[in-house]
This record gives sequence, structure tokens and C-alpha cells, in this order.
Amino acid sequence: MPLDRDVELDELYREIILDHYRSPRNRGSLAQPTVTGEGDNPLCGDEVELGLEIRDGQIVDVRFQGTGCSISQASASMMTAAIKGLSLEEAEALFEAFKDVMYGADEVDAEALGDLEALQGVRKFPVRVKCATLAWNTLEEALEAYRKGQG
Amino acid sequence: MKPLKVRSMFDVQALRQDFPILSRQVHGKPLVYLDNAATTQKPQAVIEALVHFYQHHNANIHRAIHTLGEEATAAYEETRAKVAQFINAPRPETIVFTRNATEALNLVAYAWGRHNLGPGDEILLTEMEHHSNLVPWQRLAQEVGAVVRYIGVTDEGTLALDGLDEIIGEKTKLVGVTHVSNALGTINPVREIVAAAHRKGALVVVDGAQSVPHMPVDVQALDCDFLAFSGHKMLGPTGVGVLYGRYELLEAMEPFLTGGEMIRRVRLDGATWNDVPWKFEAGTPNIADVIAFGAALDYLSALGMENVRAHEEALTAYTLRRLRQLEDIIVYGPKDASQRGGVISFNYPDIHPHDVGTILDREGLAIRAGHHCAQPLMRRLGVTGTVRASFYIYNTPEEADALIEGVEKVRAFFGDASR
Ligand SMILES: Cc1ncc(COP(=O)(O)O)c(C=O)c1O
Repeated sequence: MPLDRDVELDELYREIILDHYRSPRNRGSLAQPTVTGEGDNPLCGDEVELGLEIRDGQIVDVRFQGTGCSISQASASMMTAAIKGLSLEEAEALFEAFKDVMYGADEVDAEALGDLEALQGVRKFPVRVKCATLAWNTLEEALEAYRKGQG
Repeated sequence: MKPLKVRSMFDVQALRQDFPILSRQVHGKPLVYLDNAATTQKPQAVIEALVHFYQHHNANIHRAIHTLGEEATAAYEETRAKVAQFINAPRPETIVFTRNATEALNLVAYAWGRHNLGPGDEILLTEMEHHSNLVPWQRLAQEVGAVVRYIGVTDEGTLALDGLDEIIGEKTKLVGVTHVSNALGTINPVREIVAAAHRKGALVVVDGAQSVPHMPVDVQALDCDFLAFSGHKMLGPTGVGVLYGRYELLEAMEPFLTGGEMIRRVRLDGATWNDVPWKFEAGTPNIADVIAFGAALDYLSALGMENVRAHEEALTAYTLRRLRQLEDIIVYGPKDASQRGGVISFNYPDIHPHDVGTILDREGLAIRAGHHCAQPLMRRLGVTGTVRASFYIYNTPEEADALIEGVEKVRAFFGDASR
């Protein structure tokens, strides 16, 4: 069926997002995670579980599992791909940059964001922003728990 | 597909002119409002009744001796009488105004449940209840040491009522059941459930939030003890709910909230209660919205609830037929439109309801995606949520066609690769 293209919709569901949704990266669980995190959006029923392996202040491996809409699951997949290999500080900085994208900061650091920049289209759909940020909030909580454990 | 013949008992196109909002556009497309189970749109007559009250009669009720106060009181009480007539309640005093159906159900849990249920008593609910007829009872059970049990749901989306006389036990003191499921549309055989409960001496509270707006409901024929519903789901403004209760029960019950309006006499050492139903209406009620709700009841009564039901049933049958022709749509609930209200829940197996909802919204289609405040039911169906379209008097077969087209676009958009 021919589609009359809806630009904003195409921006929301960029090909790279649908690709991550259909073929998620780093999906699964780690045998021995350093720290795990669980997040959900009670309103939508989106769920994300994260497992991180952290060595010497670096995220050496990460996996996620979950169920939910394309945006929540693609965002989780894209996040894992982006943070693998980063130091904790770098991951935090990336989260800040990502929040800027979601909450409409005037300037976004497109270079630092890489593929994550594709999620910009979500901004036009306010009800879906929390889908895109679910994995990141879960990461934030996991890192918090990790730091507490390090005490 | 042949354009359909849905013969309505009223002129839908003419009726649509009464609803100003229906002429607006969303994302450049005509609004197709199919979220009526959540709340309905309001006809001009209701909007005007609201404005008229504030412009001409605004005053507090029951305590003013001036003319405006008398007028406001009369109009408020007139709506009570209209509600009683609408559900064939034996007298206006059996009608209590609340904020919404949720508050009406909580009222029963607090004012009746707390004083009549104790350790070991059973509350029997169903697995398809809206959270508002679930959580108040769970909480009450915890408080008084009662036990909550559930009537299950079959794969067809109906209540598992085989052996009902055994399911309702000697210890069952209260049965809570939704008349029509807001998530599946299933119409439950409330009259039979009430009869079975009464044989065991249990009372029945019926959640009528999805039945009273859509079909004739007669509380004396149902023989239920309590019935709760919301005005905003039947053309009325938000902020008005109704509790019908059997008069003797209401009279014997303790108050819910306390304060002004609901008392007879207050001394420093205590108070006595006002008569039913004012005993349950503490403080200044939602006067203007109750009065405008009266205009909504007039509107529906003029159409005739038999006709409303016939219109929705035909539209539901048509939409079900068309949805089932789509290749991989899963439709939940009873197959036969005669056994369901105008609510249709469905899913693509591989596309999340929210993604469907976002794409349909771009087409001007307002539907609901999610768990519909019925999480236990969603778990029973094995899904986290569904896409739900729900009809009302102003919906047309052309709008059902728009829904089908929208749903086809969703498939085209996500493609088969996501399978
Ligand atoms: C079956 C059912 N019960 C209760 C309610 C609660 O209605 P309200 O939110 O107006 O209290 C709803 C509305 O969503 C409903 O569909």
C-alpha cells in the first residue's frame, strides 16, 4: 500500500531505530554482572533489565533484556552499543548529552551522540519521551547502586 | 469491501452537528474519536447547561434561603430524579452523587465494607475488573482480615461461571462484578450472578461504568444492591459519579466523608447524620456539573437507550468483521457483537500497542493503547497491553473504515521484517 509520508513519523521511526528494534544489540544477560538494574514504565508496561560488567572504572560489557514498544527497546539497544567500553564518567557525560536531546536543549553535541542522535525525533512526541529514556534511567540507577557498593 | 449497511435508529450525521469538537482536525486529518470508554465528547446542550447555570443560577445548594439558592437546589435535585428514572431506581433518594465511579466504589468499600466485613469473610471479584473495583476491596480485605477471591476469565474473554453456586461460598459476603468489561467489551450476565449471590445471602456491587452509558440498565430488573457509574462517560461533564444503593442499605450505612451538608445536628460532643442520600454528600458538591449531567441524560433519553445499544452493536459487528479480515490481527473478547459492548481490543502480534497508537494518532484516530486499568486481565491474556477502539452514538461506519485503514498503515509502516 502506498504511504503518503509523514515526515515527523519518519523521524520518530528512523530506519536505524527500527533496525535496533528488529535486531537488538547486546540482548541477553551476563553470567556474572558487576551490577544490575531494572526499570519499568508502569503506565505503558515497558520493562528493561540491565547487566553491567565494570572493571577499573570502565564498562567492559553490558547486556539488556526487556519488553515494550519499539522506542523503549531500540533505545536500550542503542544505549548498550554506545556505552560499551566507556569509562563511568564518559557514560555519565553521554547520558547528560542524551537528556539534552530528549528535553530539547538548543544545542546538542551530535558528534558525541553518534547513532543516539537518531532518537531526536522522539522529541516531537512528548508521550514517548519516557519510552526513550527508560534504559538510561535504569543505567543511572545501576551506576548509583554500583557507586554505593564501592562506598 | 462493500460499503456497509449499518442502519441506525437515529440520524448519526445530524447528531454529530451537536458535538462541536467532532469538527476539529488532528494532525491535519478529521478527528476520529474512538476512545469513548475513557470519556465521551459533550454535546452543545451539555456545554450550554453548564454555562447557563453559572450565568443565571449559581449559588450553593440546600442552605440558602434566597432565590438563586432555591433554583440551584431544585436543578440539582432534578438531576437526581432524572438519574433515578434513567436506571429505573425506585426513588431519587437511592442516588448518591460522587466525583466519579471510582469514588462511588470506594464509598461502598468504606461505608459498607468496613462495618460489615470481618476476619474470614470473602469478597468475590472477577479477573476482568477495572482497578477501581479491585484495589479498594483488596485494601479493605487487608484492613479487616477478609479474603478476596476471583471468578476467572475463559479464553473467549467471558467469565468462567460454571458451577457459580459453588464458586459463591457460604462465607462470601460481597460479589463485585463489572457489567461490561472496559478492556474486552464482554457483557456479563449480571442478573444471574445477582440471583446466585442472593441465594447465598451475599450482596452485589455492579460496576456500571461501561454499561449505563451504552444500553438500557434497570437496577430493579438486575436486582443489584449497588451500582456505580461515571457521568463523563455518557456525555456529561467530568467530576460527576453516581452510586445507586438499595435504600435500606444506604440508610443503615455509616457516612463516608464527614463535614458540612451531611449532618443533621452537631454538638460539641458529637453529631447525627442527615438523611439518605445527603448523608453521603459531604461539603459543597459539584453543583454545576451535576446539573449539566441532567442535560446529558435528557439527550440520551431522547435518543432512547435501546437505540443507542442497537447503533453500537451494529457498528461493533461491522468493525469486528473487517478487523478479522486483516491477516494477523488478534482480536480479544467474545466473537459475537451481541455479547459485547462497543469496545474492541486487538493487537498485532509483533507491534507494541503504543507504536500502533502513535501511528493512528497521526491519522487523526484517537484510540487507547495500554493495560486499560485492568492489569490482572492483561496478565490473563498474556499481553502487557492492547489497542482499544470504543464507540459511541456519534461514531459512523466511515470512521470504522478509517480505523481499518489506519491499522493497515501501521502494518505497512512497520513492514513484515519485524516479524
Ligand atoms: C469498567 C470501569 N470501571 C470504572 C471506571 C472508573 O471510572 P472513573 O475513572 O470515572 O472513576 C472505568 C473508567 O475507566 C471503567 O471503564
